[in-house]
Amino acid sequence: MTAIAQRLRRVDTNLLQLALLTVLIFAAMAALNPERFLRPYVFESITFVAPELGLLAIAMMVAMLTGGIDLSVIGIANLSCILAGLFFHAVGAPRGPELANLAWPLVAAGIGLALCTGLLAGAINGLLITRLRVTPILATIGTGQVYTGICLVLTGGPAVVGFPKLWGLIGNGTAFGIAVPLIVFLVVAALVWFMLARTAFGINLALIGTNARAAAFAGLRTGRTVFLSYVLTGGLASIAGILLSGRTNAAKSDYGVSYLLQAVLIAVLAGTNPAGGRASVPGIVLALAALMLLSSGLQIMRFSNFLVDLIWGGFLLLSIALAAWRNRTR
Amino acid sequence: MAAPLIELRHVGKSFAAVRALEDVSLSIGRGEIHCLAGENGSGKSTLIKVVSGVWQPDQGELLIDGQRIESMTPRAAIAQGVQVIYQDFSLFGNLSVAENLALSSELQEGRKLVSWRRVRQIARQAIDRLGVELDLDAPVETLPTSGKQLVAIARALMSDPRLLIMDEPTTALTGREVAALFRVVRDIQSRGIAVLFVSHKMREMLEISERLTVIRNGRVVAAGPIAEFDEAAITRAMTGQEIAAEGYRWEPSPGAAPLLEVEGLTIPGQLEDVSLRVMPGEIVGVSGLLGSGRTELALALFGMRPGYAGRIRIGGREVRLDSVQRAIGHGIAYVPEDRLTEGLFLAQTIDRNMLATSLPRLSRAGVIQPGRAARDAAGMIREMAIATPTGDRPVTQLSGGNQQRVVIGRWLLNDPRLLILNGPTVGVDVGSKSGIHRKIRELARARGLGVLMISDDLPELVENCNRILVLHRGRLVSDTPVEATSETALGEQLAALA
Amino acid sequence: MSGIAAAFRRHPELMVAAILVVTVVTIGLVNPVFWQPSNLFSLLRASVITGILGLAVLLVMLSGGIDVSFPAFAIAAMYLTVKAMIAWGFDSILPAFAMATGIGLLLGLVNAVFVHYLRMIPLIVTLGTGTAVRGFILGIVGTSQINIDQMPQRLIEFGRGQLFSVTQADGSQTGLSAMVLVYALIALLVHLLLRYTMVGRGIYALGGGEEAARRVGFNIRQTTFLVYGLAGAIAGFAGLLHGAMIWTANPRDMVGLELDVIAAVVLGGASIFGGRGSVIGTILGGLTLIVITNSLIILGIDTTWQRVVVGLIVITATAATAWRDRKRIA
Repeated sequence: MTAIAQRLRRVDTNLLQLALLTVLIFAAMAALNPERFLRPYVFESITFVAPELGLLAIAMMVAMLTGGIDLSVIGIANLSCILAGLFFHAVGAPRGPELANLAWPLVAAGIGLALCTGLLAGAINGLLITRLRVTPILATIGTGQVYTGICLVLTGGPAVVGFPKLWGLIGNGTAFGIAVPLIVFLVVAALVWFMLARTAFGINLALIGTNARAAAFAGLRTGRTVFLSYVLTGGLASIAGILLSGRTNAAKSDYGVSYLLQAVLIAVLAGTNPAGGRASVPGIVLALAALMLLSSGLQIMRFSNFLVDLIWGGFLLLSIALAAWRNRTR
Repeated sequence: MAAPLIELRHVGKSFAAVRALEDVSLSIGRGEIHCLAGENGSGKSTLIKVVSGVWQPDQGELLIDGQRIESMTPRAAIAQGVQVIYQDFSLFGNLSVAENLALSSELQEGRKLVSWRRVRQIARQAIDRLGVELDLDAPVETLPTSGKQLVAIARALMSDPRLLIMDEPTTALTGREVAALFRVVRDIQSRGIAVLFVSHKMREMLEISERLTVIRNGRVVAAGPIAEFDEAAITRAMTGQEIAAEGYRWEPSPGAAPLLEVEGLTIPGQLEDVSLRVMPGEIVGVSGLLGSGRTELALALFGMRPGYAGRIRIGGREVRLDSVQRAIGHGIAYVPEDRLTEGLFLAQTIDRNMLATSLPRLSRAGVIQPGRAARDAAGMIREMAIATPTGDRPVTQLSGGNQQRVVIGRWLLNDPRLLILNGPTVGVDVGSKSGIHRKIRELARARGLGVLMISDDLPELVENCNRILVLHRGRLVSDTPVEATSETALGEQLAALA
Repeated sequence: MSGIAAAFRRHPELMVAAILVVTVVTIGLVNPVFWQPSNLFSLLRASVITGILGLAVLLVMLSGGIDVSFPAFAIAAMYLTVKAMIAWGFDSILPAFAMATGIGLLLGLVNAVFVHYLRMIPLIVTLGTGTAVRGFILGIVGTSQINIDQMPQRLIEFGRGQLFSVTQADGSQTGLSAMVLVYALIALLVHLLLRYTMVGRGIYALGGGEEAARRVGFNIRQTTFLVYGLAGAIAGFAGLLHGAMIWTANPRDMVGLELDVIAAVVLGGASIFGGRGSVIGTILGGLTLIVITNSLIILGIDTTWQRVVVGLIVITATAATAWRDRKRIA
């Protein structure tokens, strides 16, 4: 009995703190703007905007789990939806009803194209990291440039505007009164959670992140597993791209640039160890909720996006300080 | 009679609940070569750190030149002429030999600027003083281990030490390099510098030292002039047990086929035409100096040297062991040399450590079946008698012996046919050690497991193996039933090879 | 042959120099316009800011860290200084640069606090400080660009300075920017620091192995603070210099520049694992990068390819370094 209690305490300290933080932020924002914050609209809009960021944070977490990082996720997200957008423009007319009413098989093909782009881009990262042994930071800085660069070459700079209605549903639609992006996010989060907790692949990732050498001596296929984790990261990034372009009806080479820091922040705040070995999907969900409440509260208070950036950056530093403090007392 | 150079009186030191040192007294005279012997985990490194001021003792006192030192700090130790050469040498691989030599003395002198001419001068002097030849401009990372060690010694000698502590200096050296090192050590002694030689190798102690102190479990168990000791006495003192009169008895069961047959195994530069057989239920010891190829043999059998030449048969069927996965598939298990860096996932739970190799077996379509996994882990914790209430504790909470049981248990869950153990009880305390030995013998006897036991610890081999192989420079030089050899004979054989 | 290989191994700068020569000769062969003094001078001028910032990154990388916050620091120092110059009505050069350098220094020390005391991975720390600082400038200080008509006159004159000018074949005059001299001076100072002072050797020692550096007697805290403080100071200086050279102070400038600079430093032979790299290598790496990216036009390649080219340079350079270091370990 005490063993179970101990276990609960140990496992959930971080989650409890995060839940507390979420409640605190919620209370503070509600107290600061009682009129405007406590409206259904505010929460509804969060359910549309948060998922794309949440997916990027999960992607980041997966890369960090093996002690790596993926700085190319934004590039992958943009490249995936730009390719899909150009595909739609090629098969439909660039604008007008023909594009908007594109048939579902073609939209499905576009989704497949975007996903494949993400998986392929992730596979390139994975090959560089596992085969050529380039350190993940530099490998993904480099590929991030290349992916963004390809976006620029393909579009020449301006946004690809106009996506089919069905595609837009993924980013804007609702099902059973719930935002479709939220459903996508929750399904993906549940799958990744299940993968990390219950599958051989997920546990191998954690073991490799803890000690790659011991993993090799235990007979784990370290190279293949790490490679697959970057493929997965790329795939998750492309789903984020689909949601982003679906919501905004556009795709551009430099969309979502500030998401990179935010994804790292959420992953770190969620209790992911950037040196590898520890990750938590419920942590991501809570950290995402906390930070989305914070930033929409601030936006209601007419804080500019730049100020929100300042606060996000400050939050990252604060969460580092908190983690350091927690480790000291432990 | 002058006071000894350095003296420890009734020193004790604890870390949390662990008593690392207890009532340790030790004195080192001027210009004396003193050997501190003890197995891994006996408290040797704690003792070094007390002498060099890294840790303060909880009890007892430390005297230098007969003067009591109130509080020893690393800086004070250096000022008193105590220099330590750590096992990893603490050198900068990215910097040149000259700079590695000159940096610390320049720092001690409080210099702010670097004169490269002076750096070379200092380095040249240091090298000349040692009487060796080294390329001053070569980056240290390009030197062989023995070269790095010379740089570390030369650097330590620059500050005119009175006591030089060398922590396991021969670990990565070849026989010839050890001989060269001993010449250097004697030369150092001839200048009146005392040397504290920390080792667990009996041959070396007998050869180099004048006095010997043996510690075990943090206590001094034997001390005196080297003439009072022979190998058996040192071993007894270090391990605290008489060597079992009879070793592991194994009788071939009639008609049994060999489990493992290796013919002409060759890896250029590492192994040369090695042939051996292991029968089911046999425990075969593998001995040899460092660099003899014994670890390479294990790695080749574990699929980590895919480029090998030669034939390997398991259970009579020829196999190609070109990946770890394939070796595991053929029932080979390997418990690596360095538990902390190669064996364990320190931040993870005991269960996850235990199940690391069993996950594919415990999953259906990639999904782990939690009930089976929990049952397997709990069963193995019981079978290996690992001292923990539950398996969801971090593996770091276990003692060295229990951690090793986790690594061995991990492989037993895979139902192996051949278990390769590289240094199975390194860093394991005595009590736990005999328990692990008993378990290994029992596994071989009851399950018919073949065991290859690689060890430096000759008593361990004699006690547990029915046959002992000796490797030297990649070749198999002898294959002797344990009845026909003894720890002394083996020791002499190895010494002759060095 | 092995002699050449050994020389390359002992002096990695030779490799970069060889790459630069090959690049220059190739581009010159494709389009002789390359050799016009105006082109060469403009390339040198263009390499000034990337090069100076590269020195800052070099310091951090030598110590075993990485820095992505310096473009934000540079812009913060530049924008705050120019604003202060206008507000307080001073336009002397020395106090201005002292102020910019000081701002950069302070910001750099913040990085040092997080890296040293809170033991956080430098990438994540600098991602946080960079975002926070940029958010602070844009969200609180201002978003408007200060144009040539408002810029302090003396600053513009300073940025306009030329070392000498020559008459080209077509009769036009072209001059070499005096800022090249400023760059050379800073490079020389950093070189002297790294090569001829104990603290400089301490940076190499720290990158070679923190524990060993501590045992030899280096002050790790002092070295870490020096590295990040100096990197910040250099970035602050470079920020104002950049403003002086383009005659505008744009708080949104230098976004994404960290990637180019890191590419230049990695190309110059520095290792992300610390302890390897030199000022000469970094200068050559910076020049090579600038020559390649700025020559796309005269090579007849669309400039939208620039990102792709920079990314490929990062990937190739790091893969080559990883390959080199693997051979060294084996």
